[in-house]
Amino acid sequence: MNNSEYLKQERAAAWRDDLRKAKKNKERTSLARVKMPEAPPIERARSYVEVNSGLTPEQAINEASRCIDCANPTCISGCPVEINIPKFVKNIERGEFLEAAKVLKETNALPAVCGRVCPQEKQCEASCFYQLKLNTEPVAIGYLERFAADFEQQSGKISIPEVAPSNGIKVAVIGSGPAGLAFAGDMAKLGYDVVILEALHEIGGVLKYGIPEFRLPNSIVDVEIESLRKMGVKFETNFIVGKTATIDDLREEGFKGFFVGSGAGLPRFMNIPGENLVGVLSSNEYLTRINLMGASSQGMDTPVVRGKKVAVIGGGNTAMDSVRTALRLGAEKVSIIYRRSLEEMPARVEEVKHAQEEGVEFLTLNNPVEYIGDDKGKVKQIRVQRMELGEPDSSGRRSPVAVDGSEYIIDADTVVVSVGVSPNPILPQSLPQLKVSRWGTIEVDPDTLQSSIPDIFAGGDIVRGGATVILAMGDGRKAAASMHQYLTNQTKK
Amino acid sequence: MNKVISKHYYSENVVSLEIEAPRIAKARRAGHFVMVRVGNTGERIPLTISTANVERGTITLVVQKVGVSSRKITELEVGDEVTDLVGPLGQATHVENFGTILACGGGVGVAPLLPIVEELKKAGNKVISVIAARSKDLIILEDQIRQHSDEVIVMTDDGSYGKKGLITEGMEEVINREKIDQAVIIGPGIMMKFAALTTKKHNIPSIASLNTIMVDGTGMCGACRVTVGGKTRFVCVDGPEFDAHEVDFDEMLMRLSGYREDEIKADEQYLCVSKNKGKA
Repeated sequence: MNNSEYLKQERAAAWRDDLRKAKKNKERTSLARVKMPEAPPIERARSYVEVNSGLTPEQAINEASRCIDCANPTCISGCPVEINIPKFVKNIERGEFLEAAKVLKETNALPAVCGRVCPQEKQCEASCFYQLKLNTEPVAIGYLERFAADFEQQSGKISIPEVAPSNGIKVAVIGSGPAGLAFAGDMAKLGYDVVILEALHEIGGVLKYGIPEFRLPNSIVDVEIESLRKMGVKFETNFIVGKTATIDDLREEGFKGFFVGSGAGLPRFMNIPGENLVGVLSSNEYLTRINLMGASSQGMDTPVVRGKKVAVIGGGNTAMDSVRTALRLGAEKVSIIYRRSLEEMPARVEEVKHAQEEGVEFLTLNNPVEYIGDDKGKVKQIRVQRMELGEPDSSGRRSPVAVDGSEYIIDADTVVVSVGVSPNPILPQSLPQLKVSRWGTIEVDPDTLQSSIPDIFAGGDIVRGGATVILAMGDGRKAAASMHQYLTNQTKK
Repeated sequence: MNKVISKHYYSENVVSLEIEAPRIAKARRAGHFVMVRVGNTGERIPLTISTANVERGTITLVVQKVGVSSRKITELEVGDEVTDLVGPLGQATHVENFGTILACGGGVGVAPLLPIVEELKKAGNKVISVIAARSKDLIILEDQIRQHSDEVIVMTDDGSYGKKGLITEGMEEVINREKIDQAVIIGPGIMMKFAALTTKKHNIPSIASLNTIMVDGTGMCGACRVTVGGKTRFVCVDGPEFDAHEVDFDEMLMRLSGYREDEIKADEQYLCVSKNKGKA
């Protein structure tokens, strides 16, 4: 049975049919999209409480009833891990929240995470019937995903996906971020002996060191990791493949396949004067000190700069996370400096909205050209240049052009540079035969995600160079399917 | 895992710890470092591996108490576990037969210098080592350095041992006497700065092993960035060794002071708490 047949069969289930008949479509489409309950900006901007507090069951059921359960659910094609969206949404509508969570887990190892950090407005929700055909606000699929996943976590009745009997084949996962976790989940289901090797002392990769508590609480990530553990996935921290042991060492230890999801850990800088002054740091350093090392909490040894005037350079989600973290560390004035306009900003719409509500100043169409320090080498000012938008560049976004003679100076005692990341070089450096692009990303077959070394597959940011949690997870799932195929063929030989 | 096997005091503030880490012991080469974290509230700090024993599956770290994190490491006792230990990190030292080597170690910098001296000697070089410290009790690993050197000159600032004077004076003495093909410089930032100026004056190719602030040690944070030859480099993945004549030591020293106030405050607090614990 192929996927579309499966979806059709699921849709034909009697309970789905009854639900569809229970309400007229006109009634459904007349409902307004739910608003996510949020902590008030004035309170949350100084605390690490999660900003979105989640839908109530009534709100969730009501929102789920907006979905008309289309015969051709276009939303699914917008999802990188192809969640059976109507099936989980309709389960919410009929009050079967645990069942809804189970549906999510059929294809998504981390639903509580994705419900919070996916750019739904560019994916499932962008492909929703409401958006495409009615040109109105789509069903809040992301909110509903989070609702079902949270409900399950809080119920204490967490369903562990069914795992095939062990086939005794050992596979290693390099990196415990979203790509690796998704891969591990699928391989465990297929009966593989999965070991995740993580460089840091915590499991979760960017979900732990990168995304702040107010957007994705670590406890949520830990529950999802615990589910994988229950499925038999093993974790080893403080293990850097390519350093602690090589791929060859691991082959000797009996590993038959490798999935590299080591991420894009190398922060980029702009190479402008003064960038190495004290008080100028990467968003990775800033967020890692706080999210991984707990620098904002009492009793932790790791320090962090607590600037009064903090400028964050960049317009992505990480820039938003950094600028809002600065507020929570007690900054008096926080600004985003971004060289294009609000429209081109790569950050999720919701993150920009939250940052604006919390009082972040947006200096769009501005670009730093120099950092100026005091006599101790500490940053005190930024020389900024105004920009205007020119022709679209290779990414299709209009490229910023400097306005001559527009430079001016602003005060800042902390600058967080968040202009992107490059792939982490450690693993590729240890494998000279591995084909990498000139940007340092691992080259893979786009269909199988197999690298130039047959037993090594790769996905997520180490291949894409810097993308999203869900795209990384999609890669993990794809790589699991093709590695399974590859290893099955190998054992037949 | 990562149990402390033996502990040795070089002085009140300088301690050597032999730690169980079989994979790291096997994989490490001269020049590599590890990241160490003690306790769940601990900070991750980089420490260069001094020696390793593959049979015993151990590595040895020499640690000087300078702040809370290094203090916590020196307070580990035999049988204690190091909470987190990861490595070996960084690029290994480039070893070949250069001819005559001038190996310069200041303070605890002698610890990471030892494996480099050992390998350079093994590669057929003539090795002349100059080790220096403020006073006699801060000179460490002298016997081990002697074992792998053709000659050792000891310098102390106060003249309490060896010759009186700065490391650069000991270096000049050797340079004026014979042709040096390569210098290796490891120690406190300020010492490396002046040692590098000395070898530059005599056109001696030199490498320095840098120890900067790091959070992860794997390229992720960029806290360790230094300017080398006008370009920004990461000590953790590009280093820790660089051409000593190209390193902007002033910038490095400035960046090292970035958290000085926090460090002093944290250390005072930690000592205060420890003292009160002692009373109770």
